[in-house]
Amino acid sequence: MTSAGNLATYNFAYLDEQTKRMIRRAILKAIAIPGYQVPFASREMPMPYGWGTGGVQVTASILGPDDTLKVIDQGADDTTNAVSIRAFFQKVANVKVTTKTGEATVIQTRHRIPEEPLTEGQVLVYQVPIPEPLRFLEPRETETRKMHALEEYGLMHVKLYEDIARNGHIATTYAYPVKVGERYVMDPSPIPKFDNPKMHRSQALQLFGAGREKRIYAIPPHTEVVSLDFEDYPFEIQKFEKPCALCGAENVYLDEVVLDDKGGRMFVCSDTDHCEDRRNAGHVGELGVAQTEAAE
Amino acid sequence: MALANASLDGGFQDAVFESQAVFRGLMDAMSRPGTIQTLETPAKAPGALSAAQSAILLCLADPDTSVWLSPSLYAQDALGWISFHSGAPVTHSMSNANFAFLGLGEALPDFLGFANGTQEYPDRSTTIIIELPALTGGQALVAAGPGIENEIDMSPSGLPDNFVRRWSANHGLFPRGVDLIFTCGSTVMCLPRSTQLKQREV
Repeated sequence: MTSAGNLATYNFAYLDEQTKRMIRRAILKAIAIPGYQVPFASREMPMPYGWGTGGVQVTASILGPDDTLKVIDQGADDTTNAVSIRAFFQKVANVKVTTKTGEATVIQTRHRIPEEPLTEGQVLVYQVPIPEPLRFLEPRETETRKMHALEEYGLMHVKLYEDIARNGHIATTYAYPVKVGERYVMDPSPIPKFDNPKMHRSQALQLFGAGREKRIYAIPPHTEVVSLDFEDYPFEIQKFEKPCALCGAENVYLDEVVLDDKGGRMFVCSDTDHCEDRRNAGHVGELGVAQTEAAE
Repeated sequence: MALANASLDGGFQDAVFESQAVFRGLMDAMSRPGTIQTLETPAKAPGALSAAQSAILLCLADPDTSVWLSPSLYAQDALGWISFHSGAPVTHSMSNANFAFLGLGEALPDFLGFANGTQEYPDRSTTIIIELPALTGGQALVAAGPGIENEIDMSPSGLPDNFVRRWSANHGLFPRGVDLIFTCGSTVMCLPRSTQLKQREV
């Protein structure tokens, strides 16, 4: 097929065609049944479980030569996981890569949703460690499957209630369970609950791949995604007291960075691309340096 | 039995990139029900399977999935083509088929005759690929549900008069049920089980 000289190469995007077909069938079923975890025959990938083998397999199955790929790890384009996966797809698929959210057609993510709203035609692929939201409440697969079949999610509400009883508020801050299309309770992967509202009626298609657990699930565009809560304890996202120290952005998710051993710390955007864009546009936070000065 | 030449031609010219392009078209169509996508591929089975049906078969079916063909599609040339290009077993049992292909103008069988999945495994269901005379110009329908912002108008031609009632019964089984892919020539439109349909009120 496409070989450099006479050297044998990997098939485009690493996976063989029969594997891609199997994953593609699972993706179409996942789209038709929003929030339902479709079992698939996950393959071993040239990276350890926990590094996003599920997301990588989903990305490899949808990726074409015209796509532009962005990979983020906790919002950052320049962390180990993101750099490795981006390099992997450059090598095995030779696709264009970018760090700009707006330019990407496929975005693979570990544990964040970009701050910039996604648009029609973009696909967001999540790396999922444990796809079953009920797993820590009920370890048996046969039972959790029956609970999904019967739409029996009382146990999840009991868990949130116990949170309130112990802590006075719902203490779950990431992997906060959601209900998709008024039917399936779904684990949004360990994104901060700050990002949950971005899934609701998103214009982009959202695909979730869990490699070790062998499950694929999906949220089609414009789909209802509701975070579970109670009338008297409504769902709330995290709030930050200060804006981003570098770009001054408010209403974004911030990471804490320790500066010294005397308690110094700063809070900066977790989405590095968003922060960079804002600083290029001239926004400066309290610890930031204006871009024009930095250039001089 | 000598394999007729007709069975050897009409596959993907470039299996890797054509199947990827066809899949992305299908994925877009399935995630945005009611929209029309074009599958650009030279693949075409001999006989009555349309270009889009041929492309979908090559893109998704393989030795792991069984295929059911309606009477007008069930012909020696087509069987040889499916076997040669995809290796998918052709079954006579609708309820065991992963994919069912329906030829132009054929009566729509009862959806309950196909695999509808189980409450525990709703994904174990048949995807029915139906060739229609046109994807527009038929009964005025309004679709709503996942993948659709508010509502979308659709009007595939050649559907039975009682289609909305039959589809509502299928949608009512959710999460069980069948998914439909309407095809016409090389164009496709999807109707996943999550979509609600009603007649457009005049």
